[in-house]
Order: sequence, then structure tokens, then C-alpha cells
Amino acid sequence: MSTATTEISSKTSIWSGGQSPFNISYGKLMMWFFLLSDAFTFSALLVTYGMVRYSHTAYDPSVHGEFVFSQSYWPIPEKVFEAVPFLHGVSLPLVFVGIMTFILIMSSVTMVLAVEAGHRMDKKAVQKWMLWTIIGGLVFLGCQAWEWTHFIVGTGGGGASLSWNEYGPPDFAALFFFITGFHGTHVLSGVLLNFLIYYRTVTGMYERRGHYEMVEKVGLYWHFVDLVWVFVFTFFYLI
Amino acid sequence: MSSEETTNVQVIPADKAKIKHIWTVAGILGFITTLEFIVAFTISTGMLKLSIFVVMTIVKAAYIVGEFMHLKHESKVLMWSILLPMIFVVWMLIAFRYEAGAILDLRGW
Repeated sequence: MSTATTEISSKTSIWSGGQSPFNISYGKLMMWFFLLSDAFTFSALLVTYGMVRYSHTAYDPSVHGEFVFSQSYWPIPEKVFEAVPFLHGVSLPLVFVGIMTFILIMSSVTMVLAVEAGHRMDKKAVQKWMLWTIIGGLVFLGCQAWEWTHFIVGTGGGGASLSWNEYGPPDFAALFFFITGFHGTHVLSGVLLNFLIYYRTVTGMYERRGHYEMVEKVGLYWHFVDLVWVFVFTFFYLI
Repeated sequence: MSSEETTNVQVIPADKAKIKHIWTVAGILGFITTLEFIVAFTISTGMLKLSIFVVMTIVKAAYIVGEFMHLKHESKVLMWSILLPMIFVVWMLIAFRYEAGAILDLRGW
């Protein structure tokens, strides 16, 4: 009898029930699946960008001569995004988005440190690192607001709207608003979630609960927001 | 009441190696971003530049998802459940990029 039981249990896989095949909590698993679906949404936007961009004429110096903003070819991003706050009139291509990228990466790092502190039940450290993460998110949003304002107001050629822009074909500005706007909305909701987690850490909710798993779950979301920006930075600004 | 709770909680001291690892990954991400920035202004537009950017982006994404989001250290089943569906995205990217060329031809600009 006992040998039969051993035989059966040795043939069962992790999928036979009685244990979690993913070896992860329900909440974290669902966060992963949500992030996968969200990744599909962002991918759709970036694939759309690729398709629309390459169905427009590319700028070619031998055909078009010196680069100017024109409706007849797709603009070079580094010629459009070259302004930095407080340095009016100075051409610093991609410097500001570079700074924004560093800010978001840094806030991702402070988030990992908050999660690490949560594992150790170190309430003070969780508070400290969550606060830094929130500050990083807010600074990024501020930069985004400045970037949008500069883009919309323009450099004397009429600026940009969803249907028209001074930099190139109408789709260029429309895609800029959709992609960076959708990402910015994610950053905004991330900051709100981070604040909620910070608040509940301060009030001692997680300490009473005995674990800081909520920090991990929101942390996953926050890293995802950083991850998306890595792709936006490459596909929208660099290429 | 609150002081009683605080005394009950055991704070485990930080593991120096773990913290150092986090900052190492942060350093790598910062370094690659700086490198991308340099490449943007030193290599002329073309297939080479595009490939360098794509590779660097994938490396950065791997560090963020693998280390920061901890996916590398989760069960392999979970890792592949998240990574394999992204193949559809790669296919979509290639398909639509190809389609874009056809549209440009048809427009005859």
C-alpha cells in the first residue's frame, strides 16, 4: 500500500494540484498577468509608431538638402527635442529626455530598495525609500509637463496639436501625444499607488499585517513603467 | 499600543551584498543609457545604429525585468508565461514594418 502511494506521487507533476506551480502569491501573479496585458497595449502603440513612421518619406540629406521642419518627410527626433529648461535658445539635443530617463531609472532603484527593506520588516527604511520613489515620479511628471508645453507652444512655427504640427507630418505630433501621454498616465497612477503604499506604511498597516507584500506588487507596476520608458526612449527619441 | 507593536517587530539587518548588487544593476543601467546617448551622436543613421540601439534596449529591459522585477529568480514556468507571449509582439513589429514599406510605395511620394 505504501509503495503504491510512493509510485503515484513520484509520477505526479507540479500541475497535479495541491501546490502552487508558479510558487508565487495570487496577488503577485495577477499583477504579472496585468502587466503582460499592459505590455501588449504599449506594444500596439509602438508598433503603430513604427508603421506610421516608415509609411512616410524618410529624411535624406542627398534629396532634401539641409534639415528643416517640413511636412514632406518625417522629422529627426533629435532636431525636435533639443530644448532644456532655463537654457533657452541653446541646442542640446536629447539632453532633457536623457535626464528624464535617469530620473526614472533612479526612482526604480529606490523602489527596489523599498521592497528590500520591506522583506526585512524595516518600516523606517521602507518609508524613506518610498518617499524618494514618489519624489522621483513627481519630478519625472514635472519634466513631462515641461516637455509637452514646449512641444505644444513650439519654437515660433505654430507649435503642435493632434491634427497639425510645425515639426513634420500631422501623425508625428499625434503619436507623440498618444505614446508619451499614455506613459505619463501610467506614471501618474504609479505615483498615486506609491503614495497609498507610503501612507499605509507610515500608519503601520503592513507592520500589523506582518508583511510588506503590497510594496512588492506596486513595485512591479513601478518597474514596468520604467521599462516602458526605456522602450519609448529608444523607439521614439533615439531611432 | 503603538510602542508595544514596534517592540514586537524584529527588524532584520540589511544584507550588504544584496544592496551592493542593486546598485551594481543601477550602475549598469545608467552606463548603457550614457552609451546610447554617445552612440546617438557618433554613429551615422543606418542599420548598424539601429541594431546597436535595439540590443542595448533589450539588455536594459533584461536587467529591469530580471533583477528589479525579480523574474529571473521566480519559477521558470512563470518566467516563460510572461516572456513567450511577447513573441507575438516581435512578429507584429516585423509584419507592420514590412507593411509600412508597401504603403509608402503605393503612396508614391
